[in-house]
Amino acid sequence: MITKVRPHLSQNEALLVERSSPGKRAYQLPELDVPPVEAAEALGAENVRAEIEGFPEVSEVEAIRHFTRLSTWNYAIDYGMYPLGSCTMKYNPRINELVARIEGLAWAHPYQPEALSQGSMEVMARLETALAEIAGMDAVTLQPAAGAHGELTGILLIRALLEKRGNPRRKILIPDSAHGTNPASAAIAGYAVENVKSCAKGVLDLGALEATVNQDVAALMVTNPNTLGVFEENIIRAADILHAKGAMLYMDGANMNALVGIARPGDFGVDVLHLNLHKTFSTPHGGGGPGAGPVAVRKPFEPFLPVPRLRRAGKKWTFDYKRKHSIGRVRAYYGNFGVLVRALAYILAHGGPGLRNATVDAVLNAVYIRKKLEPYFDLPYPSPNMHEVVFSDERQAKRGVRTGDIAKRLIDYGFHPYTVSFPLIVHGALMIEPTETESKLELDQFIEAMISIAREAEENPEIFKGAPYGTRTSRVDEVAAARKPVLRWKPA
Amino acid sequence: MHPESFRYTKEHEWVLVEGDTGTIGITDHAQQELGDIVYVDLPKVGAHVERGKSLGSVESVKAVSDIYAPVSGEITATNQALADKPETLNSDPHGAGWLVKIRLSTPAEAAGLLTAADYQAYIGAEK
Amino acid sequence: MRYLPKSDSERRAMLEACGIESPEELFAHLPREARLERPLDLAPGISEYEIVDFFRQRAAENANGYASFLGAGAYRHYRPVLVDTVVSRGEFLTAYTPYQAEISQGTLTHIFEFQTMMCQLTGMDVANASMYDGSTAVPEAAMMAARTTGRGRVLAARSVHPEYREVLATYARYQGMPLDDFGYAADAGAIDLEDLDRKLDDPTAAVIIQSPNFFGIVEPVKAAAEIAHRRGALLIVVFTEAVSLGILEPPVDADIVAGELQSFAISPSYGGPYAGVIATKEKFLRQMPGRLVGQTTDSRGNRAFCLTLSTREQHIRREKATSNICTNQALIALMATVFMTVYGKRGLRELAEQNLAKAHYLAGKLKPRFCGRFFNEFVVRVEGRSPDEANRALLKKKIMGGLPLWRFYPELGDSMLLCATEMSRRADMDAVAEVLA
Repeated sequence: MITKVRPHLSQNEALLVERSSPGKRAYQLPELDVPPVEAAEALGAENVRAEIEGFPEVSEVEAIRHFTRLSTWNYAIDYGMYPLGSCTMKYNPRINELVARIEGLAWAHPYQPEALSQGSMEVMARLETALAEIAGMDAVTLQPAAGAHGELTGILLIRALLEKRGNPRRKILIPDSAHGTNPASAAIAGYAVENVKSCAKGVLDLGALEATVNQDVAALMVTNPNTLGVFEENIIRAADILHAKGAMLYMDGANMNALVGIARPGDFGVDVLHLNLHKTFSTPHGGGGPGAGPVAVRKPFEPFLPVPRLRRAGKKWTFDYKRKHSIGRVRAYYGNFGVLVRALAYILAHGGPGLRNATVDAVLNAVYIRKKLEPYFDLPYPSPNMHEVVFSDERQAKRGVRTGDIAKRLIDYGFHPYTVSFPLIVHGALMIEPTETESKLELDQFIEAMISIAREAEENPEIFKGAPYGTRTSRVDEVAAARKPVLRWKPA
Repeated sequence: MHPESFRYTKEHEWVLVEGDTGTIGITDHAQQELGDIVYVDLPKVGAHVERGKSLGSVESVKAVSDIYAPVSGEITATNQALADKPETLNSDPHGAGWLVKIRLSTPAEAAGLLTAADYQAYIGAEK
Repeated sequence: MRYLPKSDSERRAMLEACGIESPEELFAHLPREARLERPLDLAPGISEYEIVDFFRQRAAENANGYASFLGAGAYRHYRPVLVDTVVSRGEFLTAYTPYQAEISQGTLTHIFEFQTMMCQLTGMDVANASMYDGSTAVPEAAMMAARTTGRGRVLAARSVHPEYREVLATYARYQGMPLDDFGYAADAGAIDLEDLDRKLDDPTAAVIIQSPNFFGIVEPVKAAAEIAHRRGALLIVVFTEAVSLGILEPPVDADIVAGELQSFAISPSYGGPYAGVIATKEKFLRQMPGRLVGQTTDSRGNRAFCLTLSTREQHIRREKATSNICTNQALIALMATVFMTVYGKRGLRELAEQNLAKAHYLAGKLKPRFCGRFFNEFVVRVEGRSPDEANRALLKKKIMGGLPLWRFYPELGDSMLLCATEMSRRADMDAVAEVLA
């Protein structure tokens, strides 16, 4: 029974360029209060362009209708749950949008005098302190623009420290359950990547680790809890094994939503980690970014952090550029400041006890889903799960229905799909993370939908091939899109 | 059906050896596993490839697979038609979907490859 | 707590359904030594008004009500009201990356439009869906050039934004990518073509220039391209002031364009979040990093859009990917798209013309240090006192002056970089001229 959605009227909307008409305008500039300048004279005729061919010309009304109509074709958190594993699609508090737009913060130029930037610097300092406390680490950099950027920065920090100790080493160990950004970041940092297999329980295999760690290994990159939603019970021992051989433990903080206020990476052996502000700390995904990926480190790494560093000078904040051991800059200016504001607002709203309560709810929601769906979907790894749970499509695959098909059918029930076919160590994975901002009603409707789909897989497997049926756009031809890429509009 | 005249690798490539020249492709089993092929990345003519090393790759929408050279040698021709119609690799992997032609540097290598019967048994066991 | 939609009785019901007595049992399986046994050392949660109050106070501690002549990669342009109206819609703001095409056509369509407009603006064949910002787009472009040419070395002009070059240096060091620079002509403020020719050699994968450059000067892109191509190197052209493309000839001779879109309705916001873009020629498409949206059809034959050519990316190719980038800047790119829509073909030109007029008015009252052609930024030698002292005098008039160049270019320690945009007022420009002349 599909209870959460029903079809409705959907506007047809062409591309902007197709609705364009010469002479239409949506802007008005004030009159110039200085004399106009002849472009060819000021720039040289050869430097002046002809008109921007094909650029749209529409009125304000058409502009607002265009984007409004487009927006109605999107699913969003404001509509309902995204059960995407490791994405932590939690509610994006609107107060965060308001405070990020306050003029003194939104219009601050990165090069304005420090004396006139104390507000921004105070925001950054407070966030650094809060994140250090949450992560159990000694120092934080807010420069990285996203998780992958944070990973790269973190690995570069490890490299810099090891280099100072005499040998940067050659390899980074990465579990076979890791997110693709992990090996990609390691490669950009100039390391070779070696895969480490998980054991039968789905967690780190200490024996395999012990055998693999040697003087060539710079670090192990882990996600904790791992991508199965399971806490790495051997993580402290793993850290000991690495440290004994002079190697480091890097943690991908994508799953921090299971740990805030409960366990701190700094307390279980992690040397360097990155956090995803657009996951754990509620900053909006916006259809694919912006995010921010601050990196938190233990004291020995502090001298290598990206430059500049915030420093207290008497009663004021200042940026310290004289950091001769720094790895340098990983981006211009100081960080995705607007995102940092939102994350700090989130932390202020919850406070210490509140952050812990959010974690408890996040884990309760995921465990509840596991309990309710266990009778219907195969659970490959029976260990206790935290904020997410991973099923496999094994049962349904016997009837020819795979995880991708289940995901598409779930759309008809009014939900965005879960994460499909990841992690790779589970064949036909269904990776589900509800987050704490889902009500019992939403969870029950999700569970109801999944149970109904499991029943459909038994009784009516053919229905999956053409799903989804209730959407404005039906299944798209991804093969044609890849074979003959059309990546821009062109006039006929 | 995998042709008798071909020799095969466990990585699902085939090679048709004629004297010291060969034609290389991927098997029907491989194209089935890969699904709809969207792009083929081939080496340049004149490139030297080593047995067991990657000479290019085959892409579906969601995956990339390396193509490993069954024998060593110099690439003498590449199937340009695949640039325009990669789907040929799905419809005719043993014929029009050939990938490269090669001049074998070590013809003896071909003897170490699987026969059609060996290969058929191998993929049967894999299931 | 207002973001947690469960009542205590609902929690109890759920715990019961799980066969659990108390929430603490959820964490009982964690090793003792890993647990945090005390509360987080953070103050309790506060109300909405208190949150707003906190940030209002912070904002008050920043500059407010100052006229500004700062540019240098972050520009003060008017933000049309429609921009925030559109990006505030929950369907855009709170949507995920459009992996599920059937329920993400809103996001996919606006990205396709963004890609289209980027090509139209830059004169390139394809553009990606965004990079973190202009500064990180540069090393991504450099790595792309290295992959494409099979060569290792990169030559960057000193007139490229200094912080962009610092970022490039960080990435290059660990890629084993030799990085050198070449100079600018002391009179024109544009790249020294002879120095470029001299330093260019066969292992060079790419030459990187910025136009308008950090000093605001329009670079000889065509000439640089000829020199680079003669040696088999690619030309990467960077832009930091997107409004300049409203009037300047696009860098059609470039192989790769790496740009910053902050000028298109993105708040300066103390340095981020911004949005970068990489655009290139068709033949380099498969080496391009970043997400791409492509056009296709759905099963009913309707036009639809989807993410495509994903095999370049990290989630498939992992350590062999063109980049490690995952999250990009979709919402920021949407701001830029709405901006470009509001101004349109005519408006972008008019906006650029106003910028040109304002900056040339101010420059007319001072003496630009460089004789090269400039758009809306220029360098001025400060007479009689240091640029910092001049700025202190301007601050008293509630004006933030230009960027003193000593921190980046010691040889220009007596100079500052001034930027005037459509938002600069004549009276303020007159005041600047008075203090600096």
